[in-house]
Amino acid sequence: MIVIKRKPLEEILSYIEEHDKILVLGCQECPYGCATSGGDAVKRLAEEIKNKMRDLGKSIEILEKTLIRLCELRYVKGINDLIKEVKAVVTLSCGVGVNLIADIYSEIEVYPGMNTLFLGAELREGICIEKCRACGDCIVGYTAGLCPITRCPKNMLNGPCGGSKNGVCEVRKGLPCVWYQIIKRLKKRGKLEKLMEIWEAKDWRSLYGEGIRELREGLRVGNKN
Amino acid sequence: MEIKTNLQKVLESGQFAVTAEIEPPKNADPKLIKEKARWLKGYVDAVNITDSPRATVKMSSLAGAVILQKENIEPVMHITCRDRNRIAIQSDLLGASALGVKNILCLTGDYVSLGDHPQAKPVFDLDSIQLISLAKNLSEGRFFNKKEVKGKHPYFFIGAVENPFADPLEFRPIRLAKKIKAGARFIQTQIVYNLERFEKFIRLCEDLGILEKVYILAGIAPPKSLKMLKYMKENKVPGIEVPDELIRRMESAKDEKEEGINIAVEIIERVKENPGVSGVHIMAIGWEFIVPEIVKRAKLYPRPKIC
Repeated sequence: MIVIKRKPLEEILSYIEEHDKILVLGCQECPYGCATSGGDAVKRLAEEIKNKMRDLGKSIEILEKTLIRLCELRYVKGINDLIKEVKAVVTLSCGVGVNLIADIYSEIEVYPGMNTLFLGAELREGICIEKCRACGDCIVGYTAGLCPITRCPKNMLNGPCGGSKNGVCEVRKGLPCVWYQIIKRLKKRGKLEKLMEIWEAKDWRSLYGEGIRELREGLRVGNKN
Repeated sequence: MEIKTNLQKVLESGQFAVTAEIEPPKNADPKLIKEKARWLKGYVDAVNITDSPRATVKMSSLAGAVILQKENIEPVMHITCRDRNRIAIQSDLLGASALGVKNILCLTGDYVSLGDHPQAKPVFDLDSIQLISLAKNLSEGRFFNKKEVKGKHPYFFIGAVENPFADPLEFRPIRLAKKIKAGARFIQTQIVYNLERFEKFIRLCEDLGILEKVYILAGIAPPKSLKMLKYMKENKVPGIEVPDELIRRMESAKDEKEEGINIAVEIIERVKENPGVSGVHIMAIGWEFIVPEIVKRAKLYPRPKIC
C-alpha cells in the first residue's frame, strides 16, 4: 500500500487561512488510506480546522467528500459540480490524488493534507514498513525475495558492505542488513552460487525515467524500449 | 601503457609493503597535509588520502593526492560511490590520471546519515565492485559504457578494501574474490585488532584460492588511548571490532601511548606471519607522526629503494 501520514494542522491552516469556504477530500481506496484518509479522517480534519478558526475568531465553511479513489479519473470527475462551490481543496490522499485533482481542476487551489511516505506493508495497525522503491525493474527474483534497492541504504548489488555486523546495518541500530538476510536464505536453499557472479550496475532509467514515467498498454515503464 | 607505481613495484618484488593514511583537512589549507607528508616521507611506500571519510566534508582526495605528489610522496587516492555518479567518477579519474595519480582505492563509502550533512542526497549509483570494474575499464581504454577512450587513457593500480570483521564471515572471501575478478590488484583491510578472526578470514581466502591473486595489506591502527579504543568498541566507527582483552590491556597500561605503539607493532608482527599478507596499512589518524616509530620498531625500516 501507499503509506501516508497527516500533515500538521498548522501547515494545512497556513494554506487555507485566507479562504472562508473549502472542500476536504478523502480517499477510500488505499488499504492504509482507509484508516487515515477516509470518511473519518475527513470529518476529523474538518472539525480541527473549524475549532482552530473559531479560536482565532474566524469562520469557515467546510464541504466534506470522500471518493472511492482519488487516483482514478472516473471517480475524480464525479466532483465536477461540488468543486465549483469552493476556491480551495485540501486532499487527504497520497500525492497521486493531490496531483490528479490539481491537474484536472487547474483553476482551484489544491493543497496536500497528507505526506506520502513510502510503499510499504502494514505489520500491525499503525506500524508500516517500506518494502518497495518502485524502481521499475524488480530484481528480487535473484535475491531471495528481498529488495536491496529498498532495504540497503547504499543500494549494494554485490553483497554486504563492510558495515554489516551480526546481521545489523551500520546505518542505524535495528535496521537489519538485507544482504545478510539474502545470503542466509540463499545458503539454506543451496543457491549461494547465484551471488558469485558480479552484478552489473543498475540502469536507473527505470526509476528516474526522463521526467515522469508512463505506462501505456503495450509499452514498458520508463525509457527502456 | 602500464607504468608501474612504487607501491606496485614493492608488492610485485615480494617485499613487505607499508602504507599510511592521511585525512585531508576540513578547510582549504594544504599546510597540514604537507606537514604530515614530511613526517611520513621515507617510512612508507605510499600514502592513502581519504575521500570525505565518515561522510564528513573534507578537502577532496584528488587535491590531497596532488599535494602529496608535490611533497614527493606517492598517493593512493580514495574514491567512493557516495557522492558521485558514474559520470562524475570517470571525470575525476581522468583528471586524477592527468595529474599523475596512479594508485586508487575504490570504496562504496560511509552512508551520508553518519556524517555532517545528513540531509544530503545519497548517490550510490554504483557499488564498490562496479566501481572497480569502471576503473579497470578506464585503465584498459574503455569508458563504463564500453566506448573507447580516444587518445590517452589512464592507467591505475587498482585497490579495494575488505572488512574481515564484517558478517557473514563465510561470504567475505567470496566478496573479496568478486573484487579481484572486477580488477582489484591490492586490498587494504579494515583495522585488525581481533587477530583470531583475521587469521580465520585469511584461511578462508586461502581455501578459496585467492591469496595468490591479490596483495593484501592488513589495516593497523595504533590505539592512542583507552578512550579511543572504547569509542571504536562502541561501534562509533563502522566495521571495527575491538576485543575486550585489548581494552583490559590498555586499562592496565602505565603509559597508554607507549602501549598503543606496542600493540600496533605486535599486530604487525603477527599478521606478517600469515601467508598472503603482503604488507600493512597504518592508519594513525590524528597521530601520523608516530608512524615512523612504529615502522622502525616493526623492523620495516628502511623502505626498499625501487627505481
